[in-house]
Amino acid sequence: MPTYQAQIYVTLRPSVLDPAGTAVRSGLTHMGYSNVEQVRIGKYVEVTLTAEDEASARQQLDRICDQLLANPVIENYRFDLKAAVPAA
Amino acid sequence: MKFGVIVFPGSNCDRDVVYVTREVLQQPTRMIWHEDSDLSDIDVVVVPGGFSYGDYLRCGAIARFSPAMQATVEHANQGKPVLGICNGFQILTEVGLLPGALVRNRDLNFICDRVLLRVERTDLPWTSQYQPGQVITLPIAHGEGCYYADETTLAELEANRQIVLRYSDADGTASEASNLNGSLHNIAGICNQQGNVIGMMPHPERAADALLGGTDGLGIFESALRVAVTA
Repeated sequence: MPTYQAQIYVTLRPSVLDPAGTAVRSGLTHMGYSNVEQVRIGKYVEVTLTAEDEASARQQLDRICDQLLANPVIENYRFDLKAAVPAA
Repeated sequence: MKFGVIVFPGSNCDRDVVYVTREVLQQPTRMIWHEDSDLSDIDVVVVPGGFSYGDYLRCGAIARFSPAMQATVEHANQGKPVLGICNGFQILTEVGLLPGALVRNRDLNFICDRVLLRVERTDLPWTSQYQPGQVITLPIAHGEGCYYADETTLAELEANRQIVLRYSDADGTASEASNLNGSLHNIAGICNQQGNVIGMMPHPERAADALLGGTDGLGIFESALRVAVTA
């Protein structure tokens, strides 16, 4: 079975406050970046998996994200998927 | 009446709960390892505070998949009492027994303090020992205790009277000043629609022995006991 690599981005839903992002924005303001209007902090996850084909990989990743990597109550996710290059 | 206290790698309030149920209330109590899936001998399940599985990914996210939690869901679905405290509350939301989520405290601080709480429901298996509107003092100790749910869910919680505890002033006013972690609607504890599952960020087990400076939390455990005795 081919191997796929997914780059998964988990982000807070827009309606959820991000106090950590606000704190970072405050730090940036102190650095002089008064033009930074908003900072939102999320998570980045890399997953390597084998699957029959790309469609199957996407289906499994949706389940993985829905059930564990993201909490749909507070978070959204998206991912980029690519076939892993076989080792030479 | 037999209590069961789930123990995850990283739980750190499990023994405090066991002390209350076994020593203070003199009830048989079993510590349930997270890999144990048989809760058939247990009447009341307590999911204790701590940092289950290191709270990796999100608080409670990994614990949700443990055999003991799957068994706890079955226990709850049979209408039997389940109490989640702090990390236990987070786990109960992750596993879907309670709505909403607990996110980072508004001001980013880990808050370790005693807080005033208004008891909103006294008709539950967990709260019958309190008076309606009673203001109690319980310890809190959390970094991610800010209750969040979308507008629809919040409206449902209010309409169904599922909010059990709110951060309040001494006179029972759910003020912004009393809401240390920024929880929506000052929510400190909620129950499911049936009322058998309750989750709360404050620690009743740390206020159940006068030696520790307060006994306002003992009523939670005594209430559960009373249900079993009268059942």
